[in-house]
Amino acid sequence: MSDLVQREVVKGSNYTSFTMEEIRRYGRHLIMPEVGLEGQRRLKAARVLVVGVGGLGAPVSLYLAAAGVGKIGLLDFDEIDETNLQRQVIFSTPDVGRKKVEVAKERLLKLNPHIEVETHDTLINSENALDIIREYDIVVDATDNFPTRYLLNDACVMLGKPLIYGSIFRFDGQVSVFYAGKGPCYRCLYPEPPPPGLVPSCAEGGVLGVLPGIVGSLQANEALKLIIGIGEPLIGRLLLVDALSMTFRELRISRDRNCPVCGDNPTIKELIDYEQFCGTRVSGEALDAARNSITPLELKKLLERGEEIQLIDVREPVEWEICRIPGAKLIPLGQLTSRLHEIDQTRKVIVYCHSGQRSALAVKLLRELGLTNTYNLAGGIDAYAEQVDPSIPRY
Amino acid sequence: MKVVIQIPSALRALTGNTNQVEVEAQTVGEALAALLELYPSIGRYIFDDQQRLRSFINIFINDRDIKTLNGLETRLKDSDRILILPAIAGGLSRGICKYI
Ligand SMILES: [Zn+2]
Repeated sequence: MSDLVQREVVKGSNYTSFTMEEIRRYGRHLIMPEVGLEGQRRLKAARVLVVGVGGLGAPVSLYLAAAGVGKIGLLDFDEIDETNLQRQVIFSTPDVGRKKVEVAKERLLKLNPHIEVETHDTLINSENALDIIREYDIVVDATDNFPTRYLLNDACVMLGKPLIYGSIFRFDGQVSVFYAGKGPCYRCLYPEPPPPGLVPSCAEGGVLGVLPGIVGSLQANEALKLIIGIGEPLIGRLLLVDALSMTFRELRISRDRNCPVCGDNPTIKELIDYEQFCGTRVSGEALDAARNSITPLELKKLLERGEEIQLIDVREPVEWEICRIPGAKLIPLGQLTSRLHEIDQTRKVIVYCHSGQRSALAVKLLRELGLTNTYNLAGGIDAYAEQVDPSIPRY
Repeated sequence: MKVVIQIPSALRALTGNTNQVEVEAQTVGEALAALLELYPSIGRYIFDDQQRLRSFINIFINDRDIKTLNGLETRLKDSDRILILPAIAGGLSRGICKYI
């Protein structure tokens, strides 16, 4: 299978040659019969697009560059901020505020001047995705959000490109290779994303800094194997990493004949509106949430006027340790229904979390349970710290 | 049958951080029902209003997706491991949170 895969993945390796410096640099590859000069040629002829230069994209791009992948595309529109440095090891403290793709490109070329790095300082979307991806042999999904994951999946299915998938949450990681025609795609596994807010996102849940290092390295390993054409790619297998118990677990996944994009009768034949598909654009539910929310400045006024309100913090105790709004009561989201009696229903209830996502869920829940005088603090304690009380640490 | 249900970290906030639960059940559906009895709030994450498995949740018995077996009717063997596996995106909060 792998021989078949590689012949299709990279073309034109016969035309590559190496300088003396390159031979010396790649010596530890060249002396392995599984790689050898031919494998190194394929690496040099390969073009890999890394979408997302963050926790996963950092190790992926560093290892691909070091291994001698001839052309690496870096796609990200973001700038580096302090909270990135806990895990995005390609960046350094003085880089804060600079464009991720620019800094990463400098770093990769410093690591290996024999490769080419192309930057795509853009948000990938339905309009530009096919044109960008067409220029590459392999796509690495190092993104952090559902709309981009589904977009990359569908585009790769349509173009017949392998997609090296990785995702992380707290201490858990997932890795697989989606390659239409040879195995399942992401939609075969998950036909639809969770509605926003139902499963907490990374900033709400946190992530162990080294986990993207583990998962990103596994993704880079899959990319190198596909290019060289050795070993068994993670096609049709989903690898789960639990960094806490330090266990790896492998699940079998298979193509769904009814898959809307890679199935027998696909219904999605061109790229769609992925923000709408994932419900991440302003939806009816989000508008409801907005109607039931108050801004940090409104909360400030309520507190200053000494109004009878009850402030409920639905974050986790570890977050409460970092900071809190004075006068608040901690009831973590998971305990809300069992501790309902602790909430005084005669007063106006204002719920907050870190950035407003979990608390929106809590407001919805409480209103369903009859606490109609309940409001969400928009933007959470983070927005409150930014706009009202700078003495509250932000995390 | 005594089986173990493994809770993914994305849902552990709803189980008081418990990462696995041992239940007595004949089928996957029964095992999940037993889990919901212990942690009712997890129900709306796993099932939709029609009590169907949500499309972003996969259930595996050992290494097999129940979609490729008998779904919720799949019969269990002693010491089977059931895994609840929600889709995880990783990263990013602002993109989604800013609308709320
Ligand atoms: Zn599919």
